[in-house]
Amino acid sequence: MDDKKLAIIATKGSLDWAYPPFILASTAAALGYETQIFFTFYGLQLLKKKLALAVTPIGNPGMPMPMGMDKWFPVLGMTLPGMQGMVTSMMKQKMKSKGVASIEELRDLCVEADVKLIACQMTVDLFDMERTEFIDGLEYAGAAAFFEFAGESDICLYI
Amino acid sequence: MADFDQELDASGLNCPLPILRAKKTLASMEAGQVLHIIATDPGSVKDFEAFSKQTGNELLESKEEGGKFLFLIKKK
Repeated sequence: MDDKKLAIIATKGSLDWAYPPFILASTAAALGYETQIFFTFYGLQLLKKKLALAVTPIGNPGMPMPMGMDKWFPVLGMTLPGMQGMVTSMMKQKMKSKGVASIEELRDLCVEADVKLIACQMTVDLFDMERTEFIDGLEYAGAAAFFEFAGESDICLYI
Repeated sequence: MADFDQELDASGLNCPLPILRAKKTLASMEAGQVLHIIATDPGSVKDFEAFSKQTGNELLESKEEGGKFLFLIKKK
């Protein structure tokens, strides 16, 4: 029997949204799926050699805030300089304490498991990014290349 | 004497790390050998069942003991 196939499009570039594509892809690979992730628009941030992913509670009322911070710093307070950095480091701390893998670790596991990572060439051009900014081993391609794999996939996710 | 060939302590690790570590450890083992996994993630109970079903590595035992989740998986 041929391996099952999972195709993912990753479009978001924040710390919280970096998790679903890498968790699902690494797990699928462990289950024997042949897996590809196509990174487009802000999703390209997840492929940078040096990740600088952040998380923000702005516009996200569902984000649980520690120590009742949302009471002390309601919406406008969250726009203060330094707030995003603080919230991001609190989130990373929390993840570490709960044994949640870092994005770097999950990404390495994906690479190790032969998950194919494809960068959207159009977005690279659009944002004047350089291939040297990204990790090695990527493919650079467009929508047609995605469909070649996605068309045969068993599961296809847009994240 | 223990009835397994290798042991993996995935205590403190959260989804999906216990599964990924188990997969990696199994890859280094011989067919028919048994891996003992210790986990603290309650989600791992369902996850190892699903892992076993999808990969064909048989889940011989799954139990909870003193707040830990213990699994025996036989490599296909």
